[in-house]
Amino acid sequence: MAAYLARRLVESVLILLGVTLVTFFLLYVLPADPVRQIAGRSATAETVENIRQQLGLDQPFWVQYGRYLWNLLHLELGRSYLQRSNVSELIWARLPPTLLLMAGAIVCELVLGLTMGIVAALRRGTVADNGLMIASFVGVSAPQFVVGLLMLYLFGVKLQWLPISGYGSFAHLVLPSLTLGILGAGWYSRMMRSSMVEVMRQDFIRTARAKGLARRRVILRHALPNAILPIIAMIGIDIGIFMGGIVVVESVFGWPGIGQLAWQAIQRVDIPIIMGVTLVSAVAIVLGNLLADLVTPLIDPRIRLR
Amino acid sequence: MTLAEATRVGAGTAPADPVLSVEGLTVSVATETGLRPLVRGISFALRRGETLAIAGESGSGKSITSLAVMGLLPANVRATAGAVRLAGTDLLRLPETRMRAIRGDRIAMIFQEPMTSLNPVMTVGAQLVEAIQAHEPLPRREAQGRALEALKAVRLSEPERRLRQFPHELSGGMRQRVMIAMAIALRPDVLIADEPTTALDVTVQREVLDLLRDLRSEMGTAIVLITHDMGVVAEMADRVIVMKDGAVVEEGPVAQIFGAPAKDYTKALLAAVPRMGQRALTDPAAQRPPVCTLRDLTVRFDIAHGLLGRTTHRVHAVEGVSLQIQAGETFALVGESGCGKSTIAKTIAGLVPFEGEIDLAGHRLRGQSDVTRAVRRDAQIVFQDPAAALDPRMRVGDLVAEPLVIHGIGTKEERRATVERLFERVGLTRAQIDRYPHEFSGGQRQRICIARALALRPKLIVADESVSALDVSVQARVLQLLKELKEDTGVAFLFISHDMAVVDSIADRVAVMFLGQIMEMGTRAQVFGDPRHPYTRRLIEAVPIPDPGHVRPSRPRMAAETPSPVRRVGDPPERLRLVDVGGGHLVAEQPGRSDPF
Repeated sequence: MAAYLARRLVESVLILLGVTLVTFFLLYVLPADPVRQIAGRSATAETVENIRQQLGLDQPFWVQYGRYLWNLLHLELGRSYLQRSNVSELIWARLPPTLLLMAGAIVCELVLGLTMGIVAALRRGTVADNGLMIASFVGVSAPQFVVGLLMLYLFGVKLQWLPISGYGSFAHLVLPSLTLGILGAGWYSRMMRSSMVEVMRQDFIRTARAKGLARRRVILRHALPNAILPIIAMIGIDIGIFMGGIVVVESVFGWPGIGQLAWQAIQRVDIPIIMGVTLVSAVAIVLGNLLADLVTPLIDPRIRLR
Repeated sequence: MTLAEATRVGAGTAPADPVLSVEGLTVSVATETGLRPLVRGISFALRRGETLAIAGESGSGKSITSLAVMGLLPANVRATAGAVRLAGTDLLRLPETRMRAIRGDRIAMIFQEPMTSLNPVMTVGAQLVEAIQAHEPLPRREAQGRALEALKAVRLSEPERRLRQFPHELSGGMRQRVMIAMAIALRPDVLIADEPTTALDVTVQREVLDLLRDLRSEMGTAIVLITHDMGVVAEMADRVIVMKDGAVVEEGPVAQIFGAPAKDYTKALLAAVPRMGQRALTDPAAQRPPVCTLRDLTVRFDIAHGLLGRTTHRVHAVEGVSLQIQAGETFALVGESGCGKSTIAKTIAGLVPFEGEIDLAGHRLRGQSDVTRAVRRDAQIVFQDPAAALDPRMRVGDLVAEPLVIHGIGTKEERRATVERLFERVGLTRAQIDRYPHEFSGGQRQRICIARALALRPKLIVADESVSALDVSVQARVLQLLKELKEDTGVAFLFISHDMAVVDSIADRVAVMFLGQIMEMGTRAQVFGDPRHPYTRRLIEAVPIPDPGHVRPSRPRMAAETPSPVRRVGDPPERLRLVDVGGGHLVAEQPGRSDPF
């Protein structure tokens, strides 16, 4: 187990290094010029050149990247070009709302997705199954900004059940979590349905029924733990998909998380913030996958980590 | 109540009364065109302590009958007429909740596939306890005690440890014992065993059959035994029902069915059953040139373990096997699962890396990379499951022509002509060439696979359990085809099988394998007529004999497990030396240590 964790840790560091390299390179070749953003339109060529030198952006790629890595080694993410404060502080302040939103979204995904999938599988071929699968298809295919705006309009404006934007109470959390989670719920319900249908056909389900167990127990104790195994790995990957959604959802609902921070930084080519947010996202994805891999053997004794 | 105490039925009913009676049971499947009957008007009665065998080939409706009795029919299948009475109560008319109380308690069932019939994510103990608690409101500790008792009753080794283990930690035979333990834990009146030993090795089958017989005599449980294996029927049954196409063909006491079958179908079924020693023990013709020679063939698979993925254990699948297959002969490799016989087939086909040397039709192979396309042309494989070996989206004619296309042989028209010739050769018609695999029966599909293997005119055909999945009547015809092909084309067969009776009926020479090594090798007359190695003897003895009059010498009941071929790196198994005991009859010497058989 210790050996396994050590190996995964080394792998994770390599992955994160790769992420920084690719992001840094993309930002380097990007036609947008951060210096123009900082200096403003009226700045002279001389001022622009000065700022460029100050920020070290006149150096070759490898020198810039090397310096970034050196700072990173000292746990420094650099300073924002425009906000005049440390990137790590900016991210640190924005992280709790985002984590809360992600947790809310995962709960929505699982509760909605798994329930829909299980019900559809057990009522395969019925109207309920078709209805749920159409709903999940809508969930999978509807763009998040559309879903977000529709929900805002319906629950926030028309029905006035929930606040339309902001942060602070449970009520504020509901709509953004739903919006972010609906895509995953669609995926999970489809995966859960096919997984469940597959498991219900297995011989051991027939054995469980032959024992005289109640249907409820057959489903909860025998089918569900086996059917959920492929879903767990998905949750790990999902955190990555969330990162894309978070930028949209936080903007739509005015949620003060790192998605909003990233969005602002991208608009202004604030490279240190973009790098920082990317790195934090990558860490989250790596941790999510590791967690999923650690949980799986707890449910499935056939899987051993090595 | 413990397992040793009396059962519940005995008190209320006279011994002559049937425990279970099925009257005019008709089971139908709902199709688009209405109800189609799968089982038509079957009736039987089962008395206490009696074993009733329902025998028949696939599609005869025997399994559907058992599922109907259990109330476990699939959603689109239901019993449309008749009654299933358990001590007077008609089970077909019980609501599901009351049926559930009977299921697993008064009627229990064991299934064919022990490998998949247990929940992989629950411990054996939890699954047993659950079965007990479903019917008796016992506290957990007491239920565990009962579970342990049941495991002891099925003579499972180390029962305390088994309770904490997961199914994947147990072998197939052990899992089937767990299934039986689960079924008998509540001392059911009726035990339905649906092909309980079909998926098991012959020696394990013997142990499970012995166990079922013991349980019947100890507990008085009535057994419905569903099987396609007439050998198992002859050994176990008091009475037999022969089924075909959903209807009863013949019913009677076992001696009558085997001794004086009244119906043609029963006679044909019994005639098709391969029997040990049925064929005269003639020695094959003189030496012919070798087609395939294995020298010191060794196949090991690394299992990555430990820090940095360093290999610590290896599977010793094949360990120093040397043998020679001559032109135009059928050389059989027999052994139980995991003995390495299929690995040898894969090695010859170039599917696994190996050490040692293979001479194949003039090519000398020293490693997997030497198995080039030209080599593969001379050695073709026919697999066990023809349904899985044929691409469902290709026409069978194209499948048979494919090897020719791959090797760039002939024009389109010439290939078509070859395919037509091959189809006729294996007993199919030209009209069938443009059909798809699903339009054929299992036996026909295997004929297609054989035609495909013949397409390149190979020197050697490796038949890896090629007839094992077929019904006996179909099996007999495919075996006949293989014999004819050998005589007509002079192709040599490497015939790999676990079925001793089948091997006895087709092989010229035989090698018996155990744990990756050859235990005994010689002509069929030498190995089957005069088996010298204890393992060979044990294998032959374990084969069920389709003759109810046959008296089996009693053997100590065993619960021993086959040793594992997985070994630590640096600890290879001892290579056994083969000693010639006369006329080329080779027998592995047995080291002085304790006999593993």
